[in-house]
This record gives sequence, structure tokens and C-alpha cells, in this order.
Amino acid sequence: MEDKGRESVMLPFGFDYYRPKSLEEAVTRFQQADQSLKEPMYFSGATEFLTLGRINQVYTEAAIDLKGLSEGKIIQFDQGYLVLGANLTLTEIEEANVFPLLTSTSKEIADHTARGKITLGGNICGQIFYREAVLPLLLADSQMVMVGPEGIKVKPIHEIFHERLLLQRGEYLIQVATESRYLDAPFISIKRRQQWETGYPLITIAALIMENKLRVAISGLCTFPFRSKEMEGALNNLEVSPQERIHNALASIPGPILHDVEGSSDYRLFVLENLLVDVCEALKFGERE
Amino acid sequence: MKLHTIHLNVNDEEQKVTVRSGDTLLYTIREQLGLTGAKPGCLNGDCGACTIQVDGWPMKSCLMMAVEAEGKQITTIEGLNNTPIQEAFVHHFAFQCGYCTPGFIMNGHSLIQKKPDADDSTIKEWLESNICRCTSYIEIEKAIKFALGKNKPSS
Ligand SMILES: Cc1cc2nc3c(=O)[nH]c(=O)nc-3n(C[C@H](O)[C@H](O)[C@H](O)COP(=O)(O)OP(=O)(O)OC[C@H]3O[C@@H](n4cnc5c(N)ncnc54)[C@H](O)[C@@H]3O)c2cc1C
Ligand code: FES
Ligand code: FES
Repeated sequence: MEDKGRESVMLPFGFDYYRPKSLEEAVTRFQQADQSLKEPMYFSGATEFLTLGRINQVYTEAAIDLKGLSEGKIIQFDQGYLVLGANLTLTEIEEANVFPLLTSTSKEIADHTARGKITLGGNICGQIFYREAVLPLLLADSQMVMVGPEGIKVKPIHEIFHERLLLQRGEYLIQVATESRYLDAPFISIKRRQQWETGYPLITIAALIMENKLRVAISGLCTFPFRSKEMEGALNNLEVSPQERIHNALASIPGPILHDVEGSSDYRLFVLENLLVDVCEALKFGERE
Repeated sequence: MKLHTIHLNVNDEEQKVTVRSGDTLLYTIREQLGLTGAKPGCLNGDCGACTIQVDGWPMKSCLMMAVEAEGKQITTIEGLNNTPIQEAFVHHFAFQCGYCTPGFIMNGHSLIQKKPDADDSTIKEWLESNICRCTSYIEIEKAIKFALGKNKPSS
């Protein structure tokens, strides 16, 4: 036991470790390491870095820890927006509970202790494709604040998040900003797992009503989390029956449906159909009279 | 391998250690500081056997590198002495083989400190972070509730 433990409780490769104190220093460190062909990478919570690194699915010779950046730790209301730092742990976000839909989705990610280390930015930018914390941000048309060689950039999430956050080389996420009006909108977030009560989803759905329209975002159905205009168009077509709306929404899924040990694609479709019924009922959406 | 000489505050003692960048905190506290209470289990963040306290919150020490822990207050099971949660575990026989016990105790100890008024759903949410292969779950839950009750000034 002890010998096996010795071998496996450290990463199998050596790397330079940096903990920059300013936004610019982080970028400079990245660029310098890049020029030296050190395959630099940013990280914040480091849980994915450690767990995938241990099994050789991540490699770097220069790891840049973003946790020292105070801009990434803020929880602040500013000019009608809630600004959340990307280095906040999921527990910090839940404890502050300023964005109830995000709290509700985040509370189901991993387990309580792990959420004390996993960060918002790490979850959104991770290789592990569930990225559930992005669902509320997709629904609330959040703005993503990134830092890179060209300075600070602010982009609407729909421009910059397609399956994953489309960062340029040397760029990292530092904040997300969400208009306050989304924070009190009616919402629901439901996670269905194949087994256990912690960890990865079979399917997670988050939904929100804005201006009488239903918005839904889904993780665990395809190899990426998404919000689909076509699916929402079908769900908001109140001209047809509730069953037909859901049927039409299921016909508009934007990619192949996952078929793996968590569940077959048919089973996922079945679960999603029921989830859409549950969401409409819970939010009293599309009820006649 | 890149080496770093860092200061760690473990159980209220300042420790100077030289670590590789990729050493987990679990590795460092076990192999370098000789504090073997935190156990290696899955090494993947799933089982909770390696749980310690960092700045008062539970932390899976396999999910943290030693270099990340500089400047933080680290408490391991060796740093607890006759706390209500330890007494409660003995009183309720909340273990069998004992391998998961330090992790459960560190998580429970943090729960009592951070959420003294924890209701059933909070207790469940926190305890779901740890796995007991011997399935002592009922006894563990009793022990946690007992310790929480003892900790309340009114009871
Ligand atoms: C026990 C456990 C259970 C889990 N369960 C779930 C679950 O139920 N649902 C779910 O969605 N996920 C789950 N995950 C996955 C987890 O959310 C991701 O692995 C996430 O990446 C971890 O966040 P982190 O902050 O530790 O990431 P890190 O390890 O710090 O980084 C992960 C990746 O993101 C990049 N990155 C990190 N921060 C930034 C940033 N600010 N800007 C740009 N890139 C960045 C890094 O370069 C790296 O590639 C689980 C993980 C664990 C350990
Ligand atoms: S060894 Fe750390 S969670 Fe299992
Ligand atoms: S007492 Fe044996 S694993 Fe819990």
C-alpha cells in the first residue's frame, strides 16, 4: 500500500510553478514559457490538473497558478452587473449565494469538499466536458472577461463559448459579469445521475424564464454543454400542444447524443423528455389560461 | 524535477519543507512530515480518505499541491485532541477498519465549526464527500449529530 502510495501521490512530470500577482505578469509568464517550448498552462483550482496529470492526460513544464490574482476573487455589483471572479471556488459562490440559479447548479457539481477547491473558471475551461457551471451563464447572457496578450477583452458568452470557451493562446478567464435582472428570474436546475448522489451527471438541465420565454441549457446530453436557439424556439411555440413542443425540441438537439457507460443515447433522450416536462411544470410554463 | 523550499503551517507548527512542484499535499504531509493520519485512497478526489482542514474548511489533500498550501492553516487528524467529534466517534463505534475515519472526522470537525446549526440536508451534503467501504454510515451520522448537539450552547 505504502509503496504504491509513494508512486502515485505526485505528478509524474516536473514543471516550473508560478503564482503571478498581476494580470500582466500571468500573461508574461505564459509567453516566456511558450517561447521556451514549455507547453505552459494556466490553472486555478488544480483539481483537474492533478487528476488528469496523474494519468498523463495533461502535461506541462510551466504551470501558472491564477489563484494569486485578486481580480479573480471578487464578488461585486457594478453598474447593473454582478461580477464574479473566475478563481472563486464553487463553495465561495454558494456561500455568497448572489446568483441563486448558479448556486443551485453549482451545489450539485462534484461533492461538498471538492467544491471547496474546484473553481468557476476551472469548471468552465476544463477538459472534462460537463462544465455544468456554464449553464446559468449561458441562460443569463453573461459577459466573459478575459486577459491575454492583447490586454483585457469582454465578450458576450454566446460569441465566445461554443462547446468550450474559445480562448486564444495565452488568454485566460478572469471574471464573468451577469446583468442583475437575471438574478431574480424564475429558474430551476435539475441534475439526474445514473447512480450515487455526487459527481458527474447523466443529464443536467438548467432553465430560466425571461420576458415570458423559456430558456434551457443542458450538460451531459452531448459531448459539450449547450443552449440551443432551435430547441428553445420549439419549446416556446405555444401554438402547438405541450407534447408536440417537447417532441419538436428533442428533434433539434445540436449534436450526437452521448452513448456511454452512464447511459445509452435512447435512455438519455427518455430522461431529457421527462426533464423537459418537469421543467415546464415547475416553472408553470406554457400552461393554458 | 523542480524543487521549492516552502513554509507550511501544520497543526499550529511552522514547518520548512522542500517539495517538488507536483507533490500533492497528501504526499508531503505523509512522507515528509510523517503525519500519516490522512490516508491515500482513490487519489482522484472521490473517496475523502485524505481529507484534512485548510483554513478551517475540509480539503481533499490529494487535490492540492504542497506549493498551493503556503500561507494556509493546515490541520490534520494529528492536530485534534479530544474534540467532541473524536469522542462521538468512539462513543458511537463509528468505524470498523478505521481507514476512512480520519477523513470523516476532519470533514465532521469542519462541519461543526463552520455550520454549528447544520440541518439534516447540510449534514448529508457534507458527508457525501467521504466513502466508508465498511459501510459504517449510520453510526457515522449518529456520531456527527451527537457532536453537533454537544457543541450547541443551548443543549
Ligand atoms: C471529485 C470530482 C468530481 C467532479 N464532478 C463534476 C461534476 O459533477 N460536474 C462537472 O461539471 N465537473 C465535475 N468535475 C470536473 C471539474 O469541475 C473540472 O475538472 C474542473 O476543471 C476543475 O476545476 P479546477 O478549478 O480545479 O480546474 P484546474 O485543474 O485549475 O483547471 C482545469 C482546466 O481549466 C483550465 N483553466 C482553469 N482556470 C482557467 C482560467 N481561469 N482561464 C482559462 N483556463 C483555465 C486549465 O488550464 C485546465 O486545462 C469533478 C471533478 C472532481 C475532482
Ligand atoms: S485519496 Fe483523496 S479523495 Fe480519495
Ligand atoms: S471503517 Fe472501514 S472504510 Fe470506513
